[in-house]
Amino acid sequence: MSVLAVIVAALGGIGIGVALGYWLPPNGRRPSRERPQAVRRILLPFTGQAISRRAFEAAVRLAKAENASIMPAFLARVPRNLPLDSPLPGQCTDGMPLLEAIEQRAGAQGIEVDSRVARGRTYRDALRRLLEQEQFDRVIVSATDSPRKGLTGDDLEWLLTRVPAEVMILRPAPADTRAISAGALHGHF
Amino acid sequence: MDTTDAPPARGHLRVLIGMAAGVGKTYRMLLEGHAEQEAGRDVVIGLLETHAREDTAKLAEGLPILPRRRITYRGTTLEDMDLPAILARRPELCLIDELAHTNAPLLQHAKRYEDVEDVLEAGIDVISTVNVQHLESLNDQIAELSGIRVRETIPDAVLGRADEIVLVDLTPEALLDRLRAGKIYRPERIDAALNNFFRIENLSSLREVALRQVAQEEGHKRLVTEAANGSRDETLAGAAPYAVRERLLALVEPYPGSQRLVRRAWRSAQRLGADVDLLWIRPPGRDLADDQQRSLTALRQLASMLGARLFVEESDTVPEMIAEVARRQGSTYVLMGRSRPRRGLGRLRTPLPQRIMELLPGVDVRIVANRRQRAGEGER
Repeated sequence: MSVLAVIVAALGGIGIGVALGYWLPPNGRRPSRERPQAVRRILLPFTGQAISRRAFEAAVRLAKAENASIMPAFLARVPRNLPLDSPLPGQCTDGMPLLEAIEQRAGAQGIEVDSRVARGRTYRDALRRLLEQEQFDRVIVSATDSPRKGLTGDDLEWLLTRVPAEVMILRPAPADTRAISAGALHGHF
Repeated sequence: MDTTDAPPARGHLRVLIGMAAGVGKTYRMLLEGHAEQEAGRDVVIGLLETHAREDTAKLAEGLPILPRRRITYRGTTLEDMDLPAILARRPELCLIDELAHTNAPLLQHAKRYEDVEDVLEAGIDVISTVNVQHLESLNDQIAELSGIRVRETIPDAVLGRADEIVLVDLTPEALLDRLRAGKIYRPERIDAALNNFFRIENLSSLREVALRQVAQEEGHKRLVTEAANGSRDETLAGAAPYAVRERLLALVEPYPGSQRLVRRAWRSAQRLGADVDLLWIRPPGRDLADDQQRSLTALRQLASMLGARLFVEESDTVPEMIAEVARRQGSTYVLMGRSRPRRGLGRLRTPLPQRIMELLPGVDVRIVANRRQRAGEGER
């Protein structure tokens, strides 16, 4: 009796194990995108060749805390004499490796990333177009003391009045010299 | 054996390419024309655009110029190159300026490079000129760099068929000096030119593009020449001219990870000088969820910004549809992400990459990895 019970229990256990192994994906848990959760998205817009490391880290911290995904958005400017839907290979040469680097770094910390690109006549125009299409809960931007580096003070003021989400503006700091650039890419791109 | 009826050997095409107007392409063309004439060859000018530059007009003296053909179109008289006159005159060498020019209406061909093809087919050698921004594949890139989109373009294959490509080079600084000295445009146009196209950063970028383009063309020609001379294995020889015309097909799905694949495909296409297409095979009869719809919109936006085409095809036979699109587009590479873990009876099916390789022999299949970053790298 007891031997038979042990055999039956063992066979049952093996059967359950095989069934679980058969139906579950190899990493042993369902992908996080299938887990029910409140959709929270953090927009991280950037221009140019680098993004402030402080802004990135703030986005990662919040994403971890809120089980949110990060949406890095590369903003590109279309010259006025070109159609708005023109390809922009030159700017993409800077922006694409940076998007890749952000995805790699965030991915390595277990954060989901859903990238975007947006074009406009100005960076603000690109951001406006992106806001029309996407929904998110937070925006993280870093202010800069150089008018040539991305979003200006006016743009940030505009952002505060227009975005139906929390806006986190990081004030300029000496640590802003630390940025994430295309050099952060692991492997060739 | 009577060979008088044999078609003449195709003429030799030399293209003088430059980064911008004013680098001296036409001047160089005329110098070469004189040199050939002095060597005893029959040289004519089929078409010359001096742009009112005195030095250029003066250098043309001594070389016979074929009169331009006049065409009256909608009450306006237009002038253009006289192709029949060139073919009737049958010089040994014909100088034809501005290869990318669009012909006047009612002429035999719409574009001058097509006229040049006829001249070459008649066994006449040609020296012609073109600026790098007229090359079709560089049009987007240069429009973005310079803010000016050139309407008159030539297919890259035209340059590919040239026997010789010669870069007429000048430093941006020297070109600006020439412009300021009134050697390129009339005085009233100089300020506008300096403020628009002829900015040092524009010219530096264009020069870089021109240098790269000539280097790339030379690389291709070396491959083809080696093949033609039999210096490579015979099986490679036939394939060499085609091996340089790559086209990538990236298989995408409307979910966030696909963007990485698209970016990687685009970067590879840049290195190969290739075009890239994106393909999503949509299961028939299924509506898209909201997040899928958003991802699809994002993919379209990314494709448009990169200059790639996104095809959406409905099919439930994925490998066959991939093969069909790859054949239609002439793809030489198929890029795909890692497949999802297979479950149930799906484990018995041939994996998609293998199936594609079976259906598309000769097409490379590349599975794009998802690289994870080691902390601390690449910061500055």
